Amino acid sequence: MSARSETMLWIAQRATAALLALCVLVHLATMIVAVRGGLTATEILGRTRGNVGWAMFYGVFVLAVAIHAPIGLRTVAGEWLQWRGHAADACCAAIGVLLLALGGLAVAAVTL
Amino acid sequence: MTLHTWRNRDHPAYWASIVHRVTGILLALFLPLHFLALGTALSGDASLDGFLAWTDRPWVKASEVAVVALLAAHLTGGLRLLFIEFVGWQRGSQGILLAAAGGAAACCALAFALNLF
Repeated sequence: MSARSETMLWIAQRATAALLALCVLVHLATMIVAVRGGLTATEILGRTRGNVGWAMFYGVFVLAVAIHAPIGLRTVAGEWLQWRGHAADACCAAIGVLLLALGGLAVAAVTL
Repeated sequence: MTLHTWRNRDHPAYWASIVHRVTGILLALFLPLHFLALGTALSGDASLDGFLAWTDRPWVKASEVAVVALLAAHLTGGLRLLFIEFVGWQRGSQGILLAAAGGAAACCALAFALNLF
């Protein structure tokens, strides 16, 4: 991969990290409060279903994860397994697509 | 792992990097399962309730606390990196930064556990 592409990946990793820091803080706080007294589908879906704000929040969350996680895994694969090149890049891209698809499905399930 | 990084294993930042990578890998493995679980809501509220009833087992709850600890540790470790790289926090204060990151992650996991059990 070219130096320019590596730089773009580094920027994307850091930018999504900053975005995810905010998302994870909100998610952690929500979870810590929500689990008090037990979780039910009515309680979860009552908060999220039809709520544009939560839909946008979790949509952005999933998109950022789908970018951040594969880049991080690619770095670890290169450092620990010395697995680099097109095959490693393709595998990590596939993981990103999988996370985006499953995450999008989850967001749709709880917000639509 | 290179010989250079192995020689740095006595440095706190080395172990912080290991924790950040391991928590990242484990979260990446967990996320598809988490998304699939939430996706059960597509089949109706009863499906999600069925899944939530399954999670009401002690070992599942303990696993949930572990996942929250992983997430909080990856968050605080990542924030530490961002502050070092972009805000210019000194690498010399690694000990304090690592202690703060570990403490904040532990507090999150504890708060979640106290509310869950």
